[in-house]
Amino acid sequence: MAAKSIISRPVYGTLSPQPGKHHLFIADAEGALAIAEMAERAPPGFFDDAEIVFIPGPDGNHIAALDALKPAQFHQAPSFASLLPRLRQTLANAHMGLRLYLSGTEGLIGQAMQVALEAGIDHTSIQTEHRGSLARRMQCVHCKGITENVTTQPATCAHCGLLLLVRDHYSRRIAAFQGVCINAEDRSEIPPMEEIFR
Amino acid sequence: MGITFRKETFRDDFTFKNSPEHIRRFPFPFHEDAYMYAVNIEPHVVGPKGSVLENLIDVDEHYVAEMQDRALVLAEDPLRCQSLPHMTLAGWDLLELLMEQQALGYPEHFTLTRDGDRWRWINRPLGIDDTFTFGDTSTLPYGPMEYITRQSQGDFCILDQRDGNLWMDAGMVTTQADWSLDFDIGMNFFEWHAPVPLAHEKGIFVRALKFLTNIQQGKPARRLNWTMTINPRLDTSPENYHKWGPDRATVTPENVGDKVHLRVELQSFWRLPRSNGIVFPIRCYLIKMDELVTQPKWARRLHRVIRDLPDELANYKGLTRFRPTLVEWLSKLDDGSATSPGFGPD
Repeated sequence: MAAKSIISRPVYGTLSPQPGKHHLFIADAEGALAIAEMAERAPPGFFDDAEIVFIPGPDGNHIAALDALKPAQFHQAPSFASLLPRLRQTLANAHMGLRLYLSGTEGLIGQAMQVALEAGIDHTSIQTEHRGSLARRMQCVHCKGITENVTTQPATCAHCGLLLLVRDHYSRRIAAFQGVCINAEDRSEIPPMEEIFR
Repeated sequence: MGITFRKETFRDDFTFKNSPEHIRRFPFPFHEDAYMYAVNIEPHVVGPKGSVLENLIDVDEHYVAEMQDRALVLAEDPLRCQSLPHMTLAGWDLLELLMEQQALGYPEHFTLTRDGDRWRWINRPLGIDDTFTFGDTSTLPYGPMEYITRQSQGDFCILDQRDGNLWMDAGMVTTQADWSLDFDIGMNFFEWHAPVPLAHEKGIFVRALKFLTNIQQGKPARRLNWTMTINPRLDTSPENYHKWGPDRATVTPENVGDKVHLRVELQSFWRLPRSNGIVFPIRCYLIKMDELVTQPKWARRLHRVIRDLPDELANYKGLTRFRPTLVEWLSKLDDGSATSPGFGPD
């Protein structure tokens, strides 16, 4: 996590069991460990009313650990995009008493929260825990294109090709950090590209 | 009589200028020879005749040209005007406020007549004469906020008040000093101010929010903010930063007076009656150095302010690249003599 940050930069916590009728967990890769650790502190029967949606990382780890929690529903998705239709329907049909828990990469937490906000869920009611990669989703302020998994500072926009400063300024609505042209005043200045969001 | 509206541009050939009367009424933002952040909010009450505060919503000689520039920006980028779905009522509140204020201050240019919900709005400078039903969006060519802010100088942010915070949930933003409505829409007061250096640590935003959430209907407030812009360009958006950024590298000792502009925002804050939102007009005034230094007090004071500005602030305001050239040019107009207190010219 960044040492010095700004207020719009998301702050993540540690998942903890919340009072509620239903519990929806969305996690990717090492986010599974956050759920497993929370389960050790959860009251008996907590997962009887829980749904876990998991996007495994490339190594396919942690599936058995989540299955062992015996949630009412356990769904694996190959990518966040493939999960979207199901997630939208779940949230559209949700009743009062649903609690949402997001864990894993910033990109996963941000995009799942974006869908939850669109469904009218207050962001402060959502439990989050960051695990794994610090790679960022970045929106280019110039062309509005989103570049996924940005690990460098500065970073090249995958859409318009401008060299962008990846700011800490973050929009929950867009689920992305802001990228602003780093050498707009003199395009011949090319700062070195460093890998800093790993 | 009325205002003589100038034909001028804020892009390409940059023909924008202030008349001598408009130079005298420029809202110079420094009341002393130094600048630091403060919660400099005061009641927005009518000021002296001939000042920008003569009317609470100011219309000046740049009105028609600014509205033309706004239309050009919106044609290129419609995302500069956005309103989240729950903000339509606040848009009607704003339409009422701006029509009332402009008709009150400038009856020779604007007329509003009301017969129940049936309203007729005449805007003579822009050649508009529309009759519509207040509250019925289908009777206007745009949503209410977009309709009236295409006819009003300055940017407009409409803030929803809930959970003890203010949320940037609608706006018309085409003359901004380098912030993006499209990115910031939906954020709360602390989030959209997040990139501002130093002020959070000073508790500025906590105090400002407390003040703003307590603003009462009929008792608007105001403050001034400032930055500098190269060329009289209204659209200094981050969206177009890669297009206007290179201007900052074009300042030379020979062209400082013509190219470098002080950009002052007169920000005001108004409670809206039906929605309980707050509208935050950000009215931008530009003046080139050659015009500003016709007032010797302003020349001396601006020299001292820019010279002594903390680097972090200068950097945030985007002055770093041309500050030495500007300070050197202004220093020749500063004989070291005292400046009188207050904003106005001597």
